[in-house]
Amino acid sequence: MSTQRIYIYKRYERFWHWSQALLIIGMMISGFEIHGSYELIGFAKAVRLHTLAAWTLLTLWAFTIFWQFTTGEWRQYIPSLKNVLAMVNYYLIGIFRNAPHPFRKSTVQKHNPLQRLAYLALLAVISPLIWVSGLLYLFYGDWQHLGIDTYLNLEWVAVAHTLGAFLITAFFFIHVYLTTTGHTVFAHIKAMLTGWEEVDGDDGAH
Amino acid sequence: MRFHVNLCAGLCLALTLLNSPAVAIPVAGQPAATPVERSTTDHSKLDLLKGPFKSGPEVTKACLTCHNTAGHQVMKSVHWTWETKSPTTGKMLGKKWAANNFCGSPLSNEPRCTSCHAGYGWTDQGFDFTNQDNVDCLACHDTTGTYKKFGTNAGHPLYADREFEPMEGPPGKKPFKAPDLTKIAQHVGQPGRANCGACHFSGGGGDGVKHGDLDSSLKTPSRELDVHMAKDGADMACSDCHTFNAHQPSGSRYAATARDPHGIDLPKDDRNRATCESCHGFEPHRQAKLNAHTAKVACQTCHIPEFARGGIPTKMLWDWSTAGKMGADGKPLFIKDEHGHLTYSAAKGDFSYGENVRPEYKWYNGTVQQVTITDKLEAYIATDGVLELNRIEGSAGDPSSRIWPFKVMRGKQAYDPVNDTLVVNHVFGDDDTALWKNYDYAKSIRAGMEYAGLPYSGEFGFIETRMNWFITHMVAPKEKAVPCAECHTRDATGRLAKIEGIYLPGRDRNPWIDLFGGLAIVGAIGGGLIHGLARILTRRQENKQ
Repeated sequence: MSTQRIYIYKRYERFWHWSQALLIIGMMISGFEIHGSYELIGFAKAVRLHTLAAWTLLTLWAFTIFWQFTTGEWRQYIPSLKNVLAMVNYYLIGIFRNAPHPFRKSTVQKHNPLQRLAYLALLAVISPLIWVSGLLYLFYGDWQHLGIDTYLNLEWVAVAHTLGAFLITAFFFIHVYLTTTGHTVFAHIKAMLTGWEEVDGDDGAH
Repeated sequence: MRFHVNLCAGLCLALTLLNSPAVAIPVAGQPAATPVERSTTDHSKLDLLKGPFKSGPEVTKACLTCHNTAGHQVMKSVHWTWETKSPTTGKMLGKKWAANNFCGSPLSNEPRCTSCHAGYGWTDQGFDFTNQDNVDCLACHDTTGTYKKFGTNAGHPLYADREFEPMEGPPGKKPFKAPDLTKIAQHVGQPGRANCGACHFSGGGGDGVKHGDLDSSLKTPSRELDVHMAKDGADMACSDCHTFNAHQPSGSRYAATARDPHGIDLPKDDRNRATCESCHGFEPHRQAKLNAHTAKVACQTCHIPEFARGGIPTKMLWDWSTAGKMGADGKPLFIKDEHGHLTYSAAKGDFSYGENVRPEYKWYNGTVQQVTITDKLEAYIATDGVLELNRIEGSAGDPSSRIWPFKVMRGKQAYDPVNDTLVVNHVFGDDDTALWKNYDYAKSIRAGMEYAGLPYSGEFGFIETRMNWFITHMVAPKEKAVPCAECHTRDATGRLAKIEGIYLPGRDRNPWIDLFGGLAIVGAIGGGLIHGLARILTRRQENKQ
């Protein structure tokens, strides 16, 4: 089987990915300390770190959204149900039989159909859940001033935020595991670091 | 905005200080070197005050010659009347009416209790409350620190040196010196910490006994003990916050401002600075998250981590029911602990003390349901059967409530089980009914009730009582404020573990969400591990083939 190297993750994309990873890991660790799950750096520091990371991530997203639109990369997140079953089949059966990966990465199609669905769920469900509840949580002191205190209560907001946190944490572990399913265990991680991915066949690049 | 807040607070403070004749103006960040005399009158040069003065009322007459409205102002104040109408419940309160679980009622015990009355000669119910010559100016305005009202002289100081054996002190007579009234009259000025403290530090019969956040350590406190009153802090006097308007003090235990909606008080406002917000405003913290706490949490809750921090213990329990025991020598028994504090007194019963005590926390909206000596008790019995002498009102849903710190004083005291009222106990006096002389409750209660003119069935028992003293003094510097995690914790010993009606991050959670979320994470990690293991195993088999 012939393989070929293509430059798939551009410099900004890699910067975005890894800084976002760092911020989300920091927020998971500090967030569950705020939740009372364990004691690590202390409640006060955890709150400060969590808040700082949230604002940093929002800033990063502002740049990223700009980048997605100016480069047209946003199209990578348009979902498609085509070949989703093939992907499910691969992860459930094919992968154990050394079957070829049903999806070939390319610069215009970086994400396999299952990945597209997963990222869409992340963007459309988990992310709004976390950000809306998180910002309300952060601005709790201004509810009265904003006139929204009669419609909200801190418990719902906090529980919604916690639910979002659990979901993203579960997503995180699945995401990290799936990085090991490339040609070699570290192939995907290497690609995200260098930008260069090895893909099957000779029609990978267009 | 912050700049403005600081500026306003600073101006506010500066103006207060300018109004005081003999205070030092502290320069921000450093204590003032020498006090600046700001009064326009040097009292020591006045002919009227040349004396010699032989009694308190003589001094008062001289004062009133110039300060000709002061007497009538004082006579309207609670310091004189010892009664005040609660603005929240409309009930008549004050020492004359309100019951507590310390000494009890001043009725029938006047010469002892009125040693803290802002007047002279309240020996019995016949005291003339309309005679301004009986106002005591010196208790509040002495600046020499030598004026002292004698403990059993109905508000008078000693007029001649004498010897006296204190009831609970070590055996033997102690000499007491009469203060030099003439010298004191010539050195009057604005009240300092020690003036107010002479009575307010010793409430309940001794140093630090009653309040927990008021004791003699506040005369010259360290910065750690009280950031406002410390010499190297703001070096403030009580009246800088408890502002006086025509001799009427502001800030009341019966009607605390649980939430100050007014904020910073400028001189044009009501001149009531007895709240933190009066100087610090609504947004005193640099971090918005901390400012957000002030909607639900009183400043005191975080900024007074413990009370009785000055090395003087406060009474936490007073059990009157055990009073009257005699020692082996047949004399009244007094037992002291290793620090010299009474743990048992034949006159008063059993005590326990606390130092560096963590307050208890309750929702409080400023309304107190205070039991008076005429109230039927039934309505004030708490769910645990204890008589709540001053029930604190408030709840999470009440927008005027905040979480406040309290010293909860526990006691056991005499009551009339038939009439369901508390009783007036005649403890002090050189007669054949006073408890502290005869050690016989049957006699002392009968005498007290008779004197007060209150109905008494003739039967008495002892009832467990509880009283809430909100904590608002001994404000620590900000670096000593209560750390977040002492409330934001799942630990059952967390400071706010018993506070209901709010979601407290770090303490509260939804168990179903936590279970679902935990399973989701375990599933994600476990799924990955199993999938990965299966890949390794199948890969190996393939390699073998």
